[in-house]
Amino acid sequence: MNDFRIPLGDWADVAVDFVTDNLDGFFDFLRAIFLALYDAVDLMLSSPPFWAIIAVAGIIALLARGWVFAIVSIAALTLIVGVDQWENAMDSLALILVAAVIALLISIPIGIAAAGSKTVSAVVRPILDLMQTMPAFVYLIPALLLFRVGVVPGIVATIIFALAPGVRLTELGIRGVDSEVVEAGQAFGASKWRILRQIQLPLAMPTIMAGVNQVIMLSLSMVVIAGMVGAGGLGGDIVAALNRIDVGLGVEAGISVVILAIFLDRLTASLGHGRTYLSRILDRVIPSRRNVVAPARTR
Amino acid sequence: MTDTIAVRAKNLYKVFGRRPHEIVQQLEKGATRAETAHLGTAAVIDASFDVRVGEIFVVMGLSGSGKSTLIRMLNGLLESTSGSVTVGGDPISGTSPKRLREVRRSRVSMVFQHFALLPHRTVLDNVAYGLEIQGVRKSERLAKARQVVALVGLDGWEDKLPGELSGGMKQRVGLARALAADTEVLLMDEAFSALDPLIRREMQEQLIELQADLGKTIIFITHDLNEAMFLGDRIAVMRDGRIVQIGTPEDILTDPANDYVAQFVQDVDRSRVLTAASVMEPARSVIPVTAGPRAALRVMRDLQTSAAFVIGRNRVLAGAVHDKRALAQVRSNESDLAAILDPEITTVTADTLLVDLVEPSVGSALPIAVIDDKGRLIGVVPRVTLLAALGNVSSNTGELTIVDPPLTIEEAVLTDTLGDAGPDQVSQKGVTV
Repeated sequence: MNDFRIPLGDWADVAVDFVTDNLDGFFDFLRAIFLALYDAVDLMLSSPPFWAIIAVAGIIALLARGWVFAIVSIAALTLIVGVDQWENAMDSLALILVAAVIALLISIPIGIAAAGSKTVSAVVRPILDLMQTMPAFVYLIPALLLFRVGVVPGIVATIIFALAPGVRLTELGIRGVDSEVVEAGQAFGASKWRILRQIQLPLAMPTIMAGVNQVIMLSLSMVVIAGMVGAGGLGGDIVAALNRIDVGLGVEAGISVVILAIFLDRLTASLGHGRTYLSRILDRVIPSRRNVVAPARTR
Repeated sequence: MTDTIAVRAKNLYKVFGRRPHEIVQQLEKGATRAETAHLGTAAVIDASFDVRVGEIFVVMGLSGSGKSTLIRMLNGLLESTSGSVTVGGDPISGTSPKRLREVRRSRVSMVFQHFALLPHRTVLDNVAYGLEIQGVRKSERLAKARQVVALVGLDGWEDKLPGELSGGMKQRVGLARALAADTEVLLMDEAFSALDPLIRREMQEQLIELQADLGKTIIFITHDLNEAMFLGDRIAVMRDGRIVQIGTPEDILTDPANDYVAQFVQDVDRSRVLTAASVMEPARSVIPVTAGPRAALRVMRDLQTSAAFVIGRNRVLAGAVHDKRALAQVRSNESDLAAILDPEITTVTADTLLVDLVEPSVGSALPIAVIDDKGRLIGVVPRVTLLAALGNVSSNTGELTIVDPPLTIEEAVLTDTLGDAGPDQVSQKGVTV
């Protein structure tokens, strides 16, 4: 027999045991917060009748991209209702929104810090690599131990899984800002914070929004996995369909995930471009928002 | 003394590398940049200069000569490794970030090669940016920005985004932003290099006009010698991190400090930089009007020339006298030189460019007379001298005298008429020219 064995798994056990024994109160506190957030968002999405939510989604779609997107969105969301997955879809959407917002609140500041310091960047990068490549199921095990079965371990696993692109794209975006423009800010005596707020963040915004888009997409892809730890929603039905080899249920829940995914993707992508349908309408209604008529070019 | 110095750099070093101070020590002991290259890159080596209030000081060098690094040390965008910079009496080197920001707000602004405008802000908001950081109220800063936008000729474009402007217009916005900040010192980093040649020339002319109106102190970085010559009151030529020469454009053209500078300036259009004053020679063939025709004839014979300038009281140029007419006067025993004076002579002032000397020189039999503002003769530019200056060859022909124009009467006839001992040595050599 080969005696060479590194007890990495044992160490992980010990570490998680230590955390559960000693930091139980802290995790209960976190669990309570996540649960409260989830319940609040879920209440907002689930309690109104489906047509109200679809109407609101349609209006948002209209303002963001225009008529075609609005009509297609309304039709697709109605399809979810038609396959009787509406409540599941809203549960999943609540989970996605909570997880994505928290992931962004964590990842964007880390991305900014990493853009500002080579050391932070060098430390953060391997951690992100690890988080992104570690199979998503693995997060579920300690999450289950720390937060017990339910929606919270799903949220936590989703946050961890979805963090990486938020950090990476924020860092990339800020580093990609023309250094001369940043220098201009410095040369006129702007403070670091002001340069960040007035120059770096606005100029990095398209890339950061691409990060937001990616975070939401990854959150969505975790929905199914979160279903395995009892997070319910569409993931719950998909896991159930898998266990029962129920093709029909699997397709219905699966198509609902796809519809949610495409809707959220197109919506956030249009925000990244900056020129939304809303701003185009405003330009037309209020001409002064746009350019004052300029004199003809002399050359 | 200090109130006339806007920016002072003293023994400035900037070294990139792991142990910059070690490299500075070696450089101070006389090591070359190549010798310390294995330790790090010395971008600027021992740069010292004073920029006077209201002058355009051009730093010129090829890429890699350290000029961009140098200008960034002047407002603290780069910390100098050694040496000191003061702007209007405020130290830049070794200052706290907070103090440095204050100096930048109040004393020195910058124009960038690629404009560095904020693309998400309108022209007006870009121009007002410096004032915004200074904490000026919105209505006030926008009013001021409007003025400056008009000053650079962009009225009507205030509400455009930078992306909608051409390159030249963008740089006008960049310039307006720096002017609006209302600092006494303006740093311009290759500000016109990204523009196409016609626009560039237009911007250069506009800059000179603005500077004449506003009296800013401008430090201008360029790799274009013609631009340097056109804009600069004084030019610092940089090579491999060192300043190799500081001087007026004329100094640098006529008296390059070393072969490098000489090679650099050889392609410059000299005729548009050099002035009559820098090439003129002392007038030799000159006689006072009171001296009479005999003296005039003697001077002409001795110098082997057919004409002489005649000056009246206080050296004021009165005209020229020609040998034939002087000879006739001597023979008829008249003595009033004023009677045979030819007033049709070509005169220029000391600051006339060589390019403007060519045409008068073609039409004039005599050397061109250079006079000052009181009409006094201060020198002459013979055709040979003009040609030599344009062709960048030395006109110093040693003992050979430049004769222009040559005698039209035989020397023996003159000597005979004057009845003296004959020409001295000067004239015999003069003939060969």
